[in-house]
Amino acid sequence: MDFGPYLFLAFLEGTVTAAVLALTAVGLSLVFGVMRIVNVAHGEFFMLGAVFAWWCTSLISGYPALGFLAALIVAPLLVGAIAMVSERLILKRLNYNPEGTIVATIALLYIIQQLALIGYGPDARPVEAPITFRIVFPWFGYAGYKLVVVAAAAALLLATWFVLTRTRLGLLMRATQYDRETALAFAIPVDRVYAIVFAVGAMLAAVAAVLIVPIQQAHYLMGNDPLLLSFIVVIIGGLGSIKGTVVAAIVIGMSDGIISVFMTPTLAKIIATLLVAMVLVWRPQGLFGQTAR
Amino acid sequence: MSVRATAARRNLHRIIVSHGGVIALLFAAQFVIGAYYHLSLTRVMVLATFAVGYNILFGYTGLLSLGHALFFGAGLYGAGIAATQFGVGASGAFVVGIAAGLLLAFALGLIILRTAGVAFMIVTMMFAQAGYLLVLYFGTYTRGDEGFVLKGALREAHLFGFSLNLADPVTRYNLALFLLAACVVGCIALVRSPVGRVLVAIRENEERSRMLGYNTFRYKLFALTLSGTICATAGAAYALLFAYVGATFASIEYSILPLLWVLLGGIGTVLGPVVGTLLMFYLVDVASSYTSAYMLVVGIVLLILIVWAPGGLLGTLRERKIGWLP
Amino acid sequence: MGHSGKDRSVTKQAKVSRRTALQGLGAAGLAAAAQVAPGAVRYAQAQTSAPIKIGFQVHRTGIGAAYGRWYERTTNAAVKLINEAGGIGGRKIELIAEDDGTDPKRGAEVVEKFATQHKVDVVFGTLFSHVVIGSAPRAGELKMPYFVVSEGHHVASGKLNRYVFQPGITDVKSQVISMAPWIASNLGKKVTMIYPDFAFGHDHRNYFSEAIKKQGGEAIALIPIPPTERSFTRYFPKIPSSTEVLYHVMVGPAVLTFVKELGEHFGSKRPKIFGFIDSLEAVNLKSPGLDFLEGTYFWEGYPRYAQANQTDADKFYRSKVGVDDTGASLSDPKDIATYSHMFGCWETLYVIKQAIEASGYKSATLKDKTALIEATEAMKTFEEGKEHPQGKKIFNGKIHQSFGHQNISQVTGSKLKVVHRTSIEDGMYEAEGDYTKMSL
Repeated sequence: MDFGPYLFLAFLEGTVTAAVLALTAVGLSLVFGVMRIVNVAHGEFFMLGAVFAWWCTSLISGYPALGFLAALIVAPLLVGAIAMVSERLILKRLNYNPEGTIVATIALLYIIQQLALIGYGPDARPVEAPITFRIVFPWFGYAGYKLVVVAAAAALLLATWFVLTRTRLGLLMRATQYDRETALAFAIPVDRVYAIVFAVGAMLAAVAAVLIVPIQQAHYLMGNDPLLLSFIVVIIGGLGSIKGTVVAAIVIGMSDGIISVFMTPTLAKIIATLLVAMVLVWRPQGLFGQTAR
Repeated sequence: MSVRATAARRNLHRIIVSHGGVIALLFAAQFVIGAYYHLSLTRVMVLATFAVGYNILFGYTGLLSLGHALFFGAGLYGAGIAATQFGVGASGAFVVGIAAGLLLAFALGLIILRTAGVAFMIVTMMFAQAGYLLVLYFGTYTRGDEGFVLKGALREAHLFGFSLNLADPVTRYNLALFLLAACVVGCIALVRSPVGRVLVAIRENEERSRMLGYNTFRYKLFALTLSGTICATAGAAYALLFAYVGATFASIEYSILPLLWVLLGGIGTVLGPVVGTLLMFYLVDVASSYTSAYMLVVGIVLLILIVWAPGGLLGTLRERKIGWLP
Repeated sequence: MGHSGKDRSVTKQAKVSRRTALQGLGAAGLAAAAQVAPGAVRYAQAQTSAPIKIGFQVHRTGIGAAYGRWYERTTNAAVKLINEAGGIGGRKIELIAEDDGTDPKRGAEVVEKFATQHKVDVVFGTLFSHVVIGSAPRAGELKMPYFVVSEGHHVASGKLNRYVFQPGITDVKSQVISMAPWIASNLGKKVTMIYPDFAFGHDHRNYFSEAIKKQGGEAIALIPIPPTERSFTRYFPKIPSSTEVLYHVMVGPAVLTFVKELGEHFGSKRPKIFGFIDSLEAVNLKSPGLDFLEGTYFWEGYPRYAQANQTDADKFYRSKVGVDDTGASLSDPKDIATYSHMFGCWETLYVIKQAIEASGYKSATLKDKTALIEATEAMKTFEEGKEHPQGKKIFNGKIHQSFGHQNISQVTGSKLKVVHRTSIEDGMYEAEGDYTKMSL
């Protein structure tokens, strides 16, 4: 394939990766930014979103679009509920101790993965896309649904941004993130804000998974990669900056695809990883972060 | 003699008795425990050494790394490749493995110690990920995920005229114990030394230590290099004792495990990592003999433990009962 | 939990039937006795009827769990059958399963556990290559006969040790080179290979590029995919337009994505496509997005769909394992078997039986184990039949590896139809080592 179209394809693919990654990472960024805890189980919420999506679409079989729409609503709600229960039962009890929550969320990861293996099984199961069409470029064909994913993720990101900056709930979250003690002094129910933030963070991961599952299938071990990439994106973007998270998601989503135009894929991944790491060495506070924390 | 000095002497006495006791207990254990525990404890002690090394950076210096699989892997591959492809023999390979970890930790430290906190966490993770991918990329030499075995003459180590059969369970057990004991003793010495106190001061408040005139970068570089070297030593020992080198040991899982072991046993305690490794190993081992859903059991037990002892087992014990524990 | 409950009940059954075992009684007589009064014969148990303990190292969790589940079903079916027929040399098999988590460290620990805690006679069953290679040194040093069902080239490469055998399934090198003549003469000579960038993929790369060259063809492009990858479209432009045949092999949970994206990329203007069924093991060919595979070719170790010329042995094997004519579970049509690999468990168990009986193995002493190893090494062929339903195998005792027939199937009406069956000689190669010269 010629160089131009090749680069164009890498760009398209990078956009899809970036869109889903941004959504997952914004969820983690909320939890990380507001609650100051490292949630190792974030990827498992992503996985649960995909598994519930499969479950919804297989219940409403015969109408893929209908099943998928149901999944878009049901899966995040279920995952949000699970997250909120675990926050109330465990994280709250640990008083959000940063070290304790690492162990607790690793434990949560083990539990969720094992339950998924028992309830859902070890297979990778496909979910039919709500709409299937193939866009034929002069040089290659492309799944139209992938572009739908990009649009949906962008819309959801805009909605999240709106909630955070234009609503009362968003104000409470930002105040808590800025300074927990002061927020408490101003009678902000920090405790309840934490529960909501943890649930919303998980729901964002879940909805990202629902969007991607017609492309990638649901599998009980699928949570690992989104977890690592989300952490990278959140820190590279700068903790607490949604803009930063989105920019970082684009950088990371695009980089290895575009570098792989020039060399073998694994080497491209190594170089992309090192380059992105060097960004952080050069700017420890992240691209859009205020100060090093 | 002042009261404080007496108290300090008493504490030192207690530390020697308790830690020496644990090492003696591990030595005595080999004569009573069954064959299976004899074999598995050997592995646990090597992994515990890895955790002890990790704890120097995380527990005593306050730097949370998510990339220590890189150092364990450097030791593992340094030793494994030197042994199988450069014919240096088991003892030589061990030295190469340690040196690989030392150099890597020092060089990397010069770069990554510009960061701290969460940025340090992510940078270490990314370098480790790059290391893991390098192992796969150079599959011609490493055999990638499959890895390779050490056999034949490499199961024999020659040292000062002695020759040790690395396939022999008793030899292996005592080598692993010696390694762990050396690291535990070294760790106590470090913690009680002036350098160790500066490290703890950096953990508590880096800014203040800098104001007091300490070159905190140098101290952190020292801690990272020492930590990386110990982890590489554990990796090299793992390759030589268990005769297998593979990419799994360089994957992110082996960066998270030492963190978990340390947190479980008690962050910033010398024996905490050992306790955490032991606990985690036998938790998986015992639970898996009752149910194939053992990770569910492990998860629940971890939750109960951490809610009950948020500072880890020995960490919480130190807070509540025995304040002198190093 | 569900798994374990079931497993324990199987073990219990095995124990009950073990008690009913009477030395010297024929299988039919035994079955009759058991039916009439299972309790009555209990007291007649003799010392020598102690069971043969087989440690089953299985991927119940981790990345290999989809394979492990079917390995376990196949193994349980074969063990039940052997026990019903009187066991091994009159002794029942007691199967002890341990999960290795598809992890080489845990795998090695499990081997230690089998050797010293369960005190088994042999260990068997592992699939993933890194678990085999991680466990092999421990098996060798604990002098534990270790029969793997992995299809990796590790055993045959001569790099492991004298205690490790792979008698039930052909290794990847043999599989790959036996494909080359047919591909070159039927599909094309300019081949582009897509494979995972780790050892298993590198084996395909090395052995196939060499084999196709011998046929006057050429691997014109090699596209290794990083194993952490979940999306593949961005790498497809690396496929040169002069490609006549696209050769793909992928493993892991992302395989379905790979094939789907291939379809989206190429549409109907595509080269000939040949893949290893590993890309679609445990995946339903009727899954959405796979219609594109129609007309493409696959290597199959053992045809997933019952063919027109189905043998009685295959009928028998399918019914005992619980697989229907389309390769799906009898109890759940959505549950697809790993048909091209799991037969290896069945066949290996029969090899173990044959070896133990031939060697006069009594107990786990070094003398008996030596006899067992030597008896296994002395084996030459396994004839096609109920014990070897996949087909005849030639066993090379020097490299501890079996060689069998391979199949090339075409996707026809969303089913796999065998279009070519290789001869065993197609997959033969020069032995790279000799385990029999190693000490025991």
